[in-house]
Amino acid sequence: MNLSYLLDPAHWHLTAPGSLPQLLLSHLGYVALALLIGTVIALPVGLYIGHTGRGSFIAINAGNAGRSLPTLGLLMLMVTLLGLGLTPVLIALTVLVIPPILTSAYAGMRTLDQQVIDAARGMGMRPWQVLTRVEFPMALPVLMSGFRNAALQVVATATVAAAVGLNGLGRLLIDGLAVNDYSRVLAGAIVVAALAIALDLLFALVQRWIVSPGLSGRVRARARRATT
Amino acid sequence: MINYLSNNSDIILTALRQHLYLALLPILIGIVVSVPIGYLGVRFPWLYHPLVNTCGVLYSIPSLALFVFLPVVLGTKILSPINIVVALSIYTVALLARTVADALRAVDRTIVQSATAMGYRRFRRLVDVELPVALPVILAGLRVATVSNISLVSVGALIGVGGLGQLFTRGFQLFYLEPILVGIILSVLVAGLADLAIVLVQRAVTPWTRYQHGNGGAA
Repeated sequence: MNLSYLLDPAHWHLTAPGSLPQLLLSHLGYVALALLIGTVIALPVGLYIGHTGRGSFIAINAGNAGRSLPTLGLLMLMVTLLGLGLTPVLIALTVLVIPPILTSAYAGMRTLDQQVIDAARGMGMRPWQVLTRVEFPMALPVLMSGFRNAALQVVATATVAAAVGLNGLGRLLIDGLAVNDYSRVLAGAIVVAALAIALDLLFALVQRWIVSPGLSGRVRARARRATT
Repeated sequence: MINYLSNNSDIILTALRQHLYLALLPILIGIVVSVPIGYLGVRFPWLYHPLVNTCGVLYSIPSLALFVFLPVVLGTKILSPINIVVALSIYTVALLARTVADALRAVDRTIVQSATAMGYRRFRRLVDVELPVALPVILAGLRVATVSNISLVSVGALIGVGGLGQLFTRGFQLFYLEPILVGIILSVLVAGLADLAIVLVQRAVTPWTRYQHGNGGAA
């Protein structure tokens, strides 16, 4: 294994164009944008379908359809249709973000205990309060797992986006392959894999932080420890 | 589109055949490897969490990164289809091993106890009782793995071996829409058919799941 490209300090200059930090930053930029746009679109729709039960057919099949779409084909289709640039790639990435978030928002809302919702209504909560203070917090664990899936998918596809002329860490893989510089390819593979794992860990921590301790079982564990 | 199909049927069929081979061989390897691994995660409970975490980490590695990283580890040529097969097998195992472990853990304890009381030894009980009862969950995981494998194969086109993905790169280079559309449609179609095939197999081999709603959920 040849790690010379990865360990060469010249490739870690913060300001040099094409350096590892710059590629990492642009990669994160694509991922963040696609996740943001995708969530803004998919989350309300998923919550609405889950809350009302109307259109469940769409939510159930969206997940399957999204998984079966070949990401490379979608990217190249968008670029061939709309030309090179950030917009077609962002559209493709966003299309991939929507299904897992939509499906998990729906699934999170559907698996809720109906008695809890009845109890919330019985306590005099308005429909909006039931949604924001009971249903949404309780759907969060399932929703977050869908979000993490979407994030992984986007990190991977943003890598592929280098094949259609975008920056990001995929540049190291595509350019390295083109000039037979395997040290560069290896550097790209390692940094991308590390980024994907780090992001997933980060979102796992976020999930721990925003999911109510009463739901994740941590309160029960704490109570047990307190009594013994 | 019709013109493109008839003029290039050889290329398309070759790509399709390669696509099927590259996607389905890892599924077979994945099943053979993940059933024993998943079982170990249940047999030795301290193994369960390391198993789940390892699977999570492996599954999160982007496919293109894995495709180009494997030749370095395996010593294969970068254009060798073995890289794709091994990479997709890793994804399949990462997904299925955990599913098998979860499915076996979810088997009703009373069923296992009845089987033990009837004289089943550990191995026979696993094969004849626990695995069949866990089958619906395992097959649900298999559906996810199969469909995502079929769509992932095409990424391999970026390193020269990608089944239908080669239609994408060809269309992209020539700025020509037809091959890309044909590739996407065929890929989605194959994924849908494979998914349907597993559902039909599941209905055939687990007839008892269809009576569940009628008699209060006895499985």
